[in-house]
Amino acid sequence: MLADIGLMALVVGFILAVYATAVSAWGGWRQEWRWVESARRATLLTVPFLTISVVIVTYSLFVMDFSLAYVVDVSSQAMSPFLRLTALWGGQSGSVLFWAWLMSGFVAAVLWRKWDRDRDLMPYFITVAMLTTAFFTGIVVFITNPFARLWHIPGTTELITAVFQPTGAVPYIPQDGQGLNPLLRHFGMIGHPPTTYLGFTGFVIPYAFAISALLTGKSRSDEWIRTSRRWTLVAWIFLSIGLVLGGRWAYDVLGWGGFWAWDPVENAMLMPWLTGTAFLHSVMMTEKRGMLKVWSVSLIILTYSLSLFGTFITRTGVISSVHSFSKSALGPVFFVFIGITFVASLWLLFKRLDTLKSEHELESFLSRESAFVLQNVLFLAITFVVFLGTVFPLLSELVTGTKITVGPPYFQKATGPLFAALVLLMGLAPLFAWRKQAASRLGRAALAPLVGSVVWAGIWGYTHRMHPASYFALWLVAFVVMLILFEFIKGIQARMKRGENPLIALAHLMGRNRRRYGGYIIHLGVVMIGLGFIGDAYFQQETQVALAQGESLTLGAYSLRFDNLEMYPGSDGREVLEATTSLFKNGEFVRTLKPRRDFFVVQQQPMTIPAVYPTPAEDVYVLLVGWEEIGFGASTFRMFLNPLISWTWTGGFVLILGTLIAAWPEGRKKRAYALAPGRLQPQPGLGGD
Amino acid sequence: MNKPRLLLALLAMVASLYTVSLVQAQNYPTDDEVNAIAKKLYCPVCPNTPLDVCETQACADWRAQIRDQLAEGWSEEQVMAYFVEQYGERVLAEPERSGFNSLIWILPIVAVALGLFVAVQVLRSWHRAQNTAAESAVDFVPDVPPETLVKIERELREIA
Repeated sequence: MLADIGLMALVVGFILAVYATAVSAWGGWRQEWRWVESARRATLLTVPFLTISVVIVTYSLFVMDFSLAYVVDVSSQAMSPFLRLTALWGGQSGSVLFWAWLMSGFVAAVLWRKWDRDRDLMPYFITVAMLTTAFFTGIVVFITNPFARLWHIPGTTELITAVFQPTGAVPYIPQDGQGLNPLLRHFGMIGHPPTTYLGFTGFVIPYAFAISALLTGKSRSDEWIRTSRRWTLVAWIFLSIGLVLGGRWAYDVLGWGGFWAWDPVENAMLMPWLTGTAFLHSVMMTEKRGMLKVWSVSLIILTYSLSLFGTFITRTGVISSVHSFSKSALGPVFFVFIGITFVASLWLLFKRLDTLKSEHELESFLSRESAFVLQNVLFLAITFVVFLGTVFPLLSELVTGTKITVGPPYFQKATGPLFAALVLLMGLAPLFAWRKQAASRLGRAALAPLVGSVVWAGIWGYTHRMHPASYFALWLVAFVVMLILFEFIKGIQARMKRGENPLIALAHLMGRNRRRYGGYIIHLGVVMIGLGFIGDAYFQQETQVALAQGESLTLGAYSLRFDNLEMYPGSDGREVLEATTSLFKNGEFVRTLKPRRDFFVVQQQPMTIPAVYPTPAEDVYVLLVGWEEIGFGASTFRMFLNPLISWTWTGGFVLILGTLIAAWPEGRKKRAYALAPGRLQPQPGLGGD
Repeated sequence: MNKPRLLLALLAMVASLYTVSLVQAQNYPTDDEVNAIAKKLYCPVCPNTPLDVCETQACADWRAQIRDQLAEGWSEEQVMAYFVEQYGERVLAEPERSGFNSLIWILPIVAVALGLFVAVQVLRSWHRAQNTAAESAVDFVPDVPPETLVKIERELREIA
């Protein structure tokens, strides 16, 4: 009964989305505002209907209504209530529904605000955004419906999943469900998937703005690009959080000693993040100098397509990945949709090239403009490398017929130099002035950080002599950090001359130039995350030893003593095998570590849960990888020293903090600067109301 | 093909139990040596999982096989070649740099070169347009922050 209401709400939501798409396009084309208004209301109505659907699926998961096939798939008696709730995005139908729901929420949030400023954009904005929403909702309705039930035809052993009763079939309601994939039964389930989805779906907003600006010819003015930038920032910050949380989850659960394995699905998340970041930068140039307009629009289109591509990879299993939780028939549909939207967007961009002429010219090659262009080239090059490595197994199989694997060594080697160049540029670019930069001045500004970082890297590298590249990597990090800190110091000093004390000067400095100094803080966060990657790539040490009770293994300054091994039944239907070990540093007891091996009985799937002792300098990461079946007298441990990894998580927080500082809504004060409100400008040839 | 070899290796192991000598014990490959090779290989059956971390029984057996091969005095290259021959090129974490697969190394270089070339061309064209515009040569670096300049400019535009 409840499920029927959910199904009806879902179908109504789909019809409303299709209606809004069609009617807004009609209204925009015929310049009839009442149709547009109707589309706007339909869009706003989509949200409550999809919400009903989502709530009912979640409730069914919670109360374990096993008459629904989806609930059987991802929920089970053994799972905790918390996990049953998160199972909404633990399988395919639920996550696509969740996806569609978030997207409709984003679109409604945009329509909620006042539209007098860029009213002309609204019709096609609704068309584009709701087309995407309708596509996702349509997939939920027709291909992977969470309200589908299990049916059984008497006399056969086959079970059918269908929304409506097939002829001759009787409903089949199992006693218990399969439950979530064990890898997903983790606290991280609350954070990583929703934030990632918010990031992915959020990118539809700037895309819809860009396309509607192109369609209406409003791409001539800059207003739309300011709005796009703000929404991109919203999507970007969620995707960033999703990336960091995903890394953390992998570190805590997958048990290979690292946090980033260049798995296709990780790459699928990284690509829109890269192009989105490139857009956030190129848009500054569009805003401030009226340049790189075509480029900015291309980046939005690319980001949108890559977000869909990410969904495509995650949900179809077309490329072999540890994330392939489900394989399905979604592939072709997605492929066609991505193809059509991508080609159509580029065609439209090409048709409207005349509206995107650069307003300014370049005065000097040594200028911030050049730095921005170079930076965008680097971002795109990295995206290309990641894309190539991700799809290459597929290409290779098509062309040569042999399956190959493209693993972390390739990505590290191919993207490493590009990332290094990008980080260097990140430190230097803020020193460049718009228009023209005197080389001598630049040299003076960079001199102190250069000397400081060389000295610092020399000392640091000397104490960590493991890899020649580490000298360079550590120098790079130190140099960029010092460059950024010098920017702060310069600003504070200038204010202190006016008699402010340092702390107040810092607060004022950041308060008055939030975008600039927030940006610097984001850069600091990125460097910290980079430190984690450097530690992972160059400094990681590991050893694996079989120990009898009381024996120890040694790695670096640490030694680990195996004390005890015991087995007990855990929650969620797992058998837990837990080792008790004592960690010593330079002979002194540090703490007890308990690495585990959880075995999920129903799924017959083991999971290695590491025990971690984190410090700012290095993490001690211990895995239980083997044991003697009889008597538990001996166990095999794999121990990693992961230097600098905890900086990745700190960097994630710093990045979020910086974004909040840079992007927190300004309030109304700023409007006062405008001498002539934009909307009073004559706009020839654009009626509409 | 590999079953007899495995059997042989097992026999050799059993035999070695009876003739334990210090030298042999030292030569026996450690887990670290096995992992160092397994790290460069991918599990032939699991989705995208390196052999050194894979938890399936099959992978444990493969690691044991590497250990036996090392004990027999095989070099790293020989072990890797054996796995490629047995299970195909997909077991290599990094594709071989030959034939079609070398494209994966060449294309990024081409892409970066092309990107830089285009960027320089674009910058040049902007620069040229600037020169022909023959504006009054602004040859000083203003002391006002660039943001302020931009703001002034924008407001000037809005007044106009």
